[in-house]
This record gives sequence, structure tokens and C-alpha cells, in this order.
Amino acid sequence: MSERIADWTKGEQAITFQTCGACGHVQYFHRAFCAACGAPDPRDARASGKGRVYATSLVCRAATPETRAHVPYNILLVDCAEGFRMMAHGEPNLAIGDEVTASFPTFAGKLVPFFSKRK
Amino acid sequence: MSFVTGVGLTPFGKHEGSSSLDLMSRAAQAALDDAGLKRAEIDGILCGYSTVSPHIMLATVFAEHFGIRPSYAHAVQVGGATGLAMTMLAHHLVEAGVARNVLVVAGENRLTGQSRDASIQALAQVGHPDYEVPLGPTIPAYYGLVATRCMHEYGVTEEDLAEFAVLMRAHACTHPDAQFHDPITVADVMASKPVAMPLKLLDCCPVSDGGAAFVISRERTGETAVRIRGCAQAHTHQHVTAAPALSELGAEISIARAKEATGLAISDVRYAAIYDSFTITLAMLLEDLGLAGRGEAAARVRAGHFSRDGAMPLNTHGGLLSYGHCGVGGAMAHLVEAHLQMTGRAASRQVRDASIALLHGDGGVLSSHVSMFLERVR
Repeated sequence: MSERIADWTKGEQAITFQTCGACGHVQYFHRAFCAACGAPDPRDARASGKGRVYATSLVCRAATPETRAHVPYNILLVDCAEGFRMMAHGEPNLAIGDEVTASFPTFAGKLVPFFSKRK
Repeated sequence: MSFVTGVGLTPFGKHEGSSSLDLMSRAAQAALDDAGLKRAEIDGILCGYSTVSPHIMLATVFAEHFGIRPSYAHAVQVGGATGLAMTMLAHHLVEAGVARNVLVVAGENRLTGQSRDASIQALAQVGHPDYEVPLGPTIPAYYGLVATRCMHEYGVTEEDLAEFAVLMRAHACTHPDAQFHDPITVADVMASKPVAMPLKLLDCCPVSDGGAAFVISRERTGETAVRIRGCAQAHTHQHVTAAPALSELGAEISIARAKEATGLAISDVRYAAIYDSFTITLAMLLEDLGLAGRGEAAARVRAGHFSRDGAMPLNTHGGLLSYGHCGVGGAMAHLVEAHLQMTGRAASRQVRDASIALLHGDGGVLSSHVSMFLERVR
């Protein structure tokens, strides 16, 4: 199996995705196989961090003391340039369809992907 | 063939000092009494889960506590779709001859048994542990994402969504056991505290204590029987990140399968019992199921279409939004109310004709769907 590239879930400033060598399916949640065709060992790659906002929700009521310190924070679904969708944080005034680019600030003690409007 | 022979429902709200087992027992006893059956006649038990008192074998914990030695028992977990999924399973068990009378039961002291933060945290765990939960989303945020997308694609407004909260509250005001009895207006919903925009406090169901139960039987017991005509499921994803496009969600798939299984059409339906964890949930499901045209559900609420005296009475007990939401039992209240309507026992809430009812449950973030048709047989 190819080496897994560390991403933000492992504390690295990166977003990664997988591409299936057999069917070409692109997936965001890391697995040892392709969820579309079952072929083993999809190829890991770093994403560009560029994408388009699919949906937003500004969280004003958080459930833990650590997250409450950040309220309000904007949760996004972003359609990334490489063809997968991911959840992330973003600037408060983003609108659906906005072109965005990622950075990696700290949230509740952990690195998270944060999207800003592309200049 | 299978029949819903008995239903039981506790009031929702605060049941200080009651455990999940207490609430399950109260609802179960009411359902048995309603069916006219004794404990010894129950040979199957299906139960939901309790976030307050999790257990790896809740069905047998309950069976021992309640005093039943069934020949078939286990718990079922499909989030908000659990109640209808259990009913669907009971229907098939009864049809297959595995059991004669299956008790379907759930109850939880979710309001007084744990803090509201603990409830919100427990529920947020339906998110992906690595790719979603670290971002601090809540269940309202998952549905908030769906809501902004729906507003973007179909032109739905926050005022439109507020209509569903107002309708459910108006219905709850006519049910003595509902958690909320103060009428609200669209302006009240709009002015309520922001939770996960565009969803505000009154767009969200409350956390409640309560219990609900039914008996699904091979033979009818009462004078007016309620038959399970047919049902179907669809599961397209778990996490909102992996959800398909709005036009490809599971409700449309499960209702198509349920229609095919029964030969019924939406035009046959006289009463609707639809999952309403948030206003957006109800708005979307009504349209996905074909109970309103795309983008038209709110207009139909305003026109009285879904009111008690309207063409398609909907959740006349007040739904999750205003009768309350105690976990699995929350959406089971929808079936209890449908049964009361179908058997002419809904008191001041009685609708003209509930001969055929459509029920729909949703678990996760529009992830798991169960559609079911009930038919009155005299």
C-alpha cells in the first residue's frame, strides 16, 4: 500500500484526497480501497486547497467549552477543485458559489481547514 | 398481513426522576392495554436506543424489566428513522410467521437525565469522527448546511421555514400532552436565538423526556383495524459531507419503493405523519415525498393545506418541533397520532378522513429513510 500523506486530521497543513487507479473515482474520506469499485490502494494526493462553497451554516450555539470560545464560526461544505466535497470552516460572510482557498488556523486546540474568498 | 393493534404514548417534556426504562415501561403498558393483549401474548420485542443509558442489549434489559420472555428480541439503531424501521421489521417478522405480536418500544429521559450540552454532543457524533466532528458542528449545523443549499437552489426563505414551526406549534396547542402550548408566530421564529444559521431556536425540535410504543400483530384485535399496507427504506450516505445532490436524496427513493410495494399513490393519502426534527427537514421531506410541489410546501402551509381541516392534515399532535423529541420515541409519536386519527380517537384533533396515512422517518442527516403506508380496515 502506498504511504499515506499526512493531512489536517493528523495535524499537517494539508488537505488530501484519493483517486482510484482502476475506475478513477475520487474520494475524500481516506480508505484502503475505492468505495465505488472496491479496488485496493487508491492513490493519495495533496489537494490544491482551492474550491467553491457548496453550503454554509454559521454555528452560534456550540456544545463544548472549547468550541464555545469560538462562537460564532462558519461551517462550510466546499466542492474542491479536484472533484471531492469536504467540510471546513470559513469566513463568516461567504456565499454559496464563492471561489475560496484554504488556510489552516487552530480551532479548539486542533488544526482545521479554513476557507477564505479568493482574491 | 400485519396490523398496528395498539399504541401508547406518554406526555413529552419533563419527567423528573423517570429513567429510560420507566418511560419505556409506561408506553409499553399503554400499548398493551390499547391492544387488549397480555404480557404472555407478546413474543417479539424491538426497542430503540437511549443516549442517556446506553446498553449493548437494551431489548433484553427491557424485556426482563418489563416481565416478558420473548422468542425474538433486539435493539435497532437508525437515528430518527428507528421507530419506523422497527415497525417495518415487525411487519416482516409477523408476515414471516416469526412472531405473532411484536412490541416496538422506545423511551428516554433525555431532558432531565443529562445536560442539554451532553445531548447536543452525543447527537453531533453522527458526524464523521475525523473529518467532521473536529470542526465543532452540531446537528443543527448539519441541517443548517442542507438548509442554505435548499434556499439557494429552490428559493426557499427563512420566513418560509418558520411557517412549519408555527404550524406544528398550532397543532401542539390542541394536544394536552405536548411539550409546548404557547402559540408562536413567524415573527417569533425569526426573532428566536440563532442556533446554526439559517436555523434559529424555534426552527429546532426541543430535547424531551418521553416514551412511545406500539404492538404489531398478525391478527387484528380492535373493531377498527389499522393495517400496515407496505413500507420501504433507502440509505444513501451517513455523513452530510457524503450526501448526494438535493435531487437525489433517499426520501424520493424510499417513497418510490413504498408506492411500488403497495400500489398506492400520493393522491390516495389522507393523513401525513412526517419527520420534522427541524423546519428544513419537514420542508424538504414534504416536497421529496410529493406531498407538495418543489418550493411549494411553505405556500401550502400558509393556505391551510396541512392543518387539521386542510386537504392533507400533517402531524396533528405537533410533531417533534412542538410535541417534543425524546429520541427514538419522538418520531414514534407520529405513528401513535396517525393511529388515533385512523381509529377516530383523536378527540378535538380528529380529522375528517384518515383512511390512508403516509408515514416517513429520517435518520442522520437525511441519511436513512423509511416510508410507510397505513390503511384503515373496518
